[in-house]
Amino acid sequence: MRLSDKQCRMESAIAHIKDGDTVLVGGFGVPGTPMTLLQALVNHGAQNLTVIKNDANEPGMGVDHLLRNGQVSRLITTHLGLNSHAIALMNAGTIDVEFNAQGILAERIRAGGAGIGAVLSDIGIGTELAEGKQVVEVRGKAYLVETAIRANVALLHAELSDPFGNLAYAATARNFNPLMAMAADRVIAETEAVLPLGALAADRVHTPGVFVDHVVELEHLSEEYAVVER
Amino acid sequence: MSSASERLLARAAREITPGMVVNLGIGLPTKVVNHVEPDFEVCLHTENGMTGVGRTLPLEHANRNLIDAGGAYVSEVPGSAFFDSATSFAIVRSGRLDLTMLGAFEVAANGDLANWKIPGKFSPGVGGGVELAQKARRVVILTSQVDRAGNPKLKQECSLPLTARACVDRVVTDMAVIDVGPEGFELVELADGITQNEVAEATGAPLIVRQGTLPRF
Repeated sequence: MRLSDKQCRMESAIAHIKDGDTVLVGGFGVPGTPMTLLQALVNHGAQNLTVIKNDANEPGMGVDHLLRNGQVSRLITTHLGLNSHAIALMNAGTIDVEFNAQGILAERIRAGGAGIGAVLSDIGIGTELAEGKQVVEVRGKAYLVETAIRANVALLHAELSDPFGNLAYAATARNFNPLMAMAADRVIAETEAVLPLGALAADRVHTPGVFVDHVVELEHLSEEYAVVER
Repeated sequence: MSSASERLLARAAREITPGMVVNLGIGLPTKVVNHVEPDFEVCLHTENGMTGVGRTLPLEHANRNLIDAGGAYVSEVPGSAFFDSATSFAIVRSGRLDLTMLGAFEVAANGDLANWKIPGKFSPGVGGGVELAQKARRVVILTSQVDRAGNPKLKQECSLPLTARACVDRVVTDMAVIDVGPEGFELVELADGITQNEVAEATGAPLIVRQGTLPRF
């Protein structure tokens, strides 16, 4: 038996994204952020996107290009502290921002990827993070209902892959990528190198290729992947 | 950095005891690591998916894929591990963190913490702060005793949106170490050159003072 080859051109993978789509974007800061796929999405120009990402990178980097190009109407995130431009857009009402506790965002995405409708958590009870959320009692204890997240598309960055889409991440570039890989109808992974089938050892695979629809090998890494001098 | 800040950090480092799993929050707490001996037995955790966080590295030695939750380039120690964000917060919410140190805008006499939002002025998002504050076994706040306008940050009640309720165990400031006890703030240590009265005047709630001479730091 032979596994299929999902490699494709970046533009043809990104062309599937439509106006109004919800897009999961991997990464925590620079590590794991699919900088090249994000640039391709800027070039593609889809509008009115809901972007779900831990953070908004920094001004002039990563997801900030989408914000500057006016393609994002809603951002579901945990922390914008390194991107003053994103905060300015939020304060001006140009984008709608939903803040989640970081681990709860992770669990909501994991639930979406695992075919689960919601998770129960006591995080944020008694604070404004609980406002508007359904409360249920289980074994005498109150929990917030944290609804699962699924998206139309997930954009991921991996260090290594094979043509089938088995992915391995480097160091802290793993973060949200393996969770988001499970939670979208169409999963596009950019990878720094595509190894022949069998060359990425099964034990090294962090995301099984069955979750991945398109594999795009990066020809080179732009300056946005480099160490940031702040 | 001022000598008062360095003294605060050095005192805060003594909160870490051998064998602990510790998360140091963004900002001042992260700097505590510089006051921990290199061979001290401790496992540092960072929210973006690592245990066994080592020292911060200068840019010329940085690995572009290895940062802490504040974006600083860090190193591995022998035995480090990497994992995804769900695993990272499973560590937090399941009670595997013995200690977290966090910053604060306000701390209330019952241990309520406000450190993520000043409505209309500052709201970059809550990040991992809620889970750290609510679930770490011990929560130590590092902060100046008063804000830039001179107003106490330790108050009877918080006026800002809360991060978590009744979560704070201890506050280490530039002036004192103050515990959150069953009856409110308790002064337990004084910084060198600071008097009890000065601390009491810079605290926006009653300050309980134990009998005897207070340790200095």
